[in-house]
Amino acid sequence: MSRISRRKLITLGLATAAGASGVTEAARLARRYALVPPDGGGIFGPGETLTYACQRLLTVRTPAREFARSMISKKPFANAVAPPTEEFKRLQAGGFRDWRLGVDGTVARPTSFSLADLKSLPIRSQITEIACEEGWSYIAEWIGTPLSGVLREVGVLPQTRYIVYYAIEKGLWESIDMADAMHPDTLLTLGMNDGDLPVPFGGPLRLRVPRQLGYKSLKYVTHITATDDIKKFGKGLGSVDPEYGYAWYAGI
Amino acid sequence: MDTREIGARKTRAVRHSALVRVTHWLTFLSFAALLITGGEIVISHPRFYWGETGNVNMRPLFVLPIPASRTTVPTGYKYVMPDQNGWSRYLHFQSAWVLVLTALVYGIAGLLNGHFRRNLIPERRDWTWRAYWARLAQYLHRQPPGRDESRSYNVLQRTAYLIVIFVLFPLMIWTGLAMSPSFTSAVPATAALLGGRQSARTLHFLLSGLLLLFVLVHIAMITLSGFRNRMRAMITGYNEATPELRKERP
Repeated sequence: MSRISRRKLITLGLATAAGASGVTEAARLARRYALVPPDGGGIFGPGETLTYACQRLLTVRTPAREFARSMISKKPFANAVAPPTEEFKRLQAGGFRDWRLGVDGTVARPTSFSLADLKSLPIRSQITEIACEEGWSYIAEWIGTPLSGVLREVGVLPQTRYIVYYAIEKGLWESIDMADAMHPDTLLTLGMNDGDLPVPFGGPLRLRVPRQLGYKSLKYVTHITATDDIKKFGKGLGSVDPEYGYAWYAGI
Repeated sequence: MDTREIGARKTRAVRHSALVRVTHWLTFLSFAALLITGGEIVISHPRFYWGETGNVNMRPLFVLPIPASRTTVPTGYKYVMPDQNGWSRYLHFQSAWVLVLTALVYGIAGLLNGHFRRNLIPERRDWTWRAYWARLAQYLHRQPPGRDESRSYNVLQRTAYLIVIFVLFPLMIWTGLAMSPSFTSAVPATAALLGGRQSARTLHFLLSGLLLLFVLVHIAMITLSGFRNRMRAMITGYNEATPELRKERP
């Protein structure tokens, strides 16, 4: 049979050693520079870590794609949502005047905002596309106040690494890293196109994260917690998505 | 290491280098995973659009006549398929990484060691339509491969492989990245040049069909030219010289 020459063997050995130490070193650097996502363990960990690390290095400050006003979808599609809770119905009956957004965690001044409080902060709008992991999408103008401004308002502490956000429905929560949280396009959204954000689209308050798929843009947000330790939340995978088998990072 | 001498002595011919064999099977595994998981993902919205946006309120370019795995998609079927998107997406992107890294190794090594020049670019004398026709006629007459084909690929194979490696796979990666809201924030042209996100998704699907077509023809040709021998060659690197091989053509 074929004899493996000494030269070939040495080359192969060196290549294997270089490859193995390269992978170990890359893993060490990824951990050091916080490029491993919270769901970066398990069999799909390597792929998720590669995607998250590469995209994070590439896109820290890049703006979400914006579109001309003429491209706003005439018939946006509101995805199915769980039936409203009793609490939601009560708040809706009151015109959402009692809707509160609590902000706590690693912040200097934990605060509870009403929708009017949020509207008094600097308002910004963007015409961006929302794309569902299923494949469909639409473009709308989203109007609201950047999450970064709210975080500065409450004095977010420097050790903060993730922003966790909760929907009114129990058990529905998400998180994003600080690159996305402080990004000017990440918007606490109160309005859509020409009016208030309609309930089917997440009204009265939705956190738009336009550089990730739709499921990161959580509807009916009532609570935000800043944290330096994402492992303390839920099963420690960063959001409720990995518990259902979906990736925490959805920049794809 | 003159492999031709070894080949002659043992009446066996080296057909595939170790690099080609390892990258071939890694590509096969990751492509199979991408195809299956891609199918799973499509089932959640088996409608395709052209342009930037598309959803069930908009007119589709075409619709696959299958039930969907989500109740929000009107398909005409009462049946809703089981939803497997979670693990399918995790596996899809992980397999894509395996494929891209494999392609990187293959591409760099293939440039450096002359594999592309030697085995994939059609030989100078084959740069004519007649060469293509002659080879096609050989296939159509179901003639067995000549001895000259035992060590390398003929012009039809070379052309097909070049298209798959340097056209279809790069387009697949491009159309895939064009669907990433994060990647397109860094390089908006990836989506814009294709006419938008939904165009990219539709092209991604159609390209996967072309790749599947290649795989089916590939397997059919391997079966026709001797499945066991071709498999042996792609695993061990060697052909078994068989007596029924045709005499070398003049």
